[in-house]
Amino acid sequence: MKLALNYREIEGKSTGFWVLLGGLGLLIVLALGAVLHMEHSGHYVTGMSNQIVWGMPHVFAIFLIVAASGALNVASIGTVFGKPLYKPLGRLSGLLSIALLLGGLMVLVLDLGRPDRLIVAMTYYNFKSIFAWNIILYNGFLAITIVYLWLMMERKMNRYYQSAGYVAFVWRLILTTGTGSIFGWLVAREAYDMALLAPMFIIMSFSYGLAVFILVLMAAYNWTNRPLGNAILYRLKNLLGVFIAAVLYFVAVYHLSNLYATEHHSVERFILMDGGIYTTLFWLVQILLGSLVPLVMVYHPSIGKSRPAIATACALVIIGGLAQLYVLLIGGQAFPLDMFPGYEVSSSFFDGVVNSYSPSIWEITLGVGGIAIALLLVTVAVRVLRFLPETLDDGVVDPHAAKAD
Amino acid sequence: MSDNTRQMNSARREFLSKAGATAGAVAVAPGVFLTAPAAAKPADEKVSDDKRWGLLIDTGKCANGCDACVSACENENGWGGNDNSEKQSSEEQRAQWIRKVQLKEKATGHVSALPLMCQHCETPPCVDVCPTGASFRRVDGIVLVDKHICIGCRYCMMACPYKARSFIHEDLTDQKPWTPRGKGTVESCTLCVHRVDEGGTPACVEACKAENHNAMFFGDLYDENSEISQQLEQHGGKQIRADLGLNTGVRYRGI
Repeated sequence: MKLALNYREIEGKSTGFWVLLGGLGLLIVLALGAVLHMEHSGHYVTGMSNQIVWGMPHVFAIFLIVAASGALNVASIGTVFGKPLYKPLGRLSGLLSIALLLGGLMVLVLDLGRPDRLIVAMTYYNFKSIFAWNIILYNGFLAITIVYLWLMMERKMNRYYQSAGYVAFVWRLILTTGTGSIFGWLVAREAYDMALLAPMFIIMSFSYGLAVFILVLMAAYNWTNRPLGNAILYRLKNLLGVFIAAVLYFVAVYHLSNLYATEHHSVERFILMDGGIYTTLFWLVQILLGSLVPLVMVYHPSIGKSRPAIATACALVIIGGLAQLYVLLIGGQAFPLDMFPGYEVSSSFFDGVVNSYSPSIWEITLGVGGIAIALLLVTVAVRVLRFLPETLDDGVVDPHAAKAD
Repeated sequence: MSDNTRQMNSARREFLSKAGATAGAVAVAPGVFLTAPAAAKPADEKVSDDKRWGLLIDTGKCANGCDACVSACENENGWGGNDNSEKQSSEEQRAQWIRKVQLKEKATGHVSALPLMCQHCETPPCVDVCPTGASFRRVDGIVLVDKHICIGCRYCMMACPYKARSFIHEDLTDQKPWTPRGKGTVESCTLCVHRVDEGGTPACVEACKAENHNAMFFGDLYDENSEISQQLEQHGGKQIRADLGLNTGVRYRGI
């Protein structure tokens, strides 16, 4: 017989809980301090320049925004694709996606040259700009996901939540298409300018979002001593393996497409062979540590069953994801614009040379602050509202698996 | 005939029909119109799409080592120079509205140089991507940034194929009243819009003429009697990254 599913707030009285809140709070305070410094002095204190205009904050912000839409997948699999195993995870999935998006948006907005003019961005729209669409997509995502969560959590409204789940699922696909198109539709730079980036960002979101979700789930259940059965955990880590492989496929197609076109050979040579830090990050961190190693780990017959190994694989996917975005964003800007094919060019404005970028401590602190705010929101929310089932034991989530054991 | 020239010609015909009425005035005071390519626009008069302002640069005449156009722009608009107001910023962070680019053809070793600035595209990617509409194109072809609604997102800098835009990394002092600039916003060549609206020419063009190099021509691309149109008709002119189809207002000869 299937056991009843009860959601309950976490107790939140332990020292560990307060240490976690304090630690995250401290990271947020440091991030706000970094913002104050950057905005007061101007961006000269950062590593960005007129050659590399988007730096480390954008790597963190895009990662969080992409992971946010991916984190909602777990809820979508339960609601849209009707998989009962995933249904108990729906609330946490929705919560995590809202929290990650808010963290990412905070980083993005606070790195603006004039964050005080946010109201301008909310009132003046140029509808040809993908950025303007994204402002609508992000706000819409927050609103839809909040309604989705409410319908899921309010028993009286339960019968409507499936429709909201469909809307949220479609919206999140459009949202990540928008995020990928920020780069995919930039004709000026060789590393971007490819429609493939939109679907590639969607598949990246599946992978990053699920990795973050599994880690948060494991931490939440481990730290509160609530049971988390193997049935659900193994299902999630196997799915993560599929997503890692899918991202690898898209990365391969992206580079092969560029390699086929002779005009893009030099940018590919830069990323894959001569790019120094970008080449190292690509092969060592993105491909080896961030994709191949976790792929082997999650599918390995014995390692794949170890919880520390699953958590490590998730952490590696996240590190690999940050490296992937660093290579794409910063590497794509470091490679010089090719305005005069067939010519060697030089100027006082660094034409024709590989641009250098070293992230400042302020930018990194801001980025980490975005992650901290997302985790703080989740921690507080699961303390005050019923997001987490009391148990995710195999007997609760999947009686068949329990029987088989 | 390229599509772009054809676009220009159709607008040119339209211009000529409208300009017929003013032909008498040209005949009465020819000297005035020869020295000043455009009449001053009263401040309360709207910008008209009867004109499309453009630049032609003859790289054959652009002297290697000369940067008179760059210095003139610095003085006119208050950026760069020996007394650079961006004191805290690194070289990579300092604004450059116009720069001299040295070119060496790989196949032949031929060396040339040219000034590069905002190309004042007819369909500017910076205007397309700007979320707030701060990046805009005037109907007479001049691409500008409205510093009051620029939020400093720098997406326009990502989108510009010419790296023509600069972000201001620190507080600025001693600005020119006609060229407001500000920390946290993006700026670029304005084609000296403040001079053009008063019937003048951009500072860079004037400086090039003063040096007797005569490598830069400014004028109305729609007016077939303008010097720039006649030069383009006789010798042609290329666009940088013409493959993008942006129909730039700045054309080059000899590249």
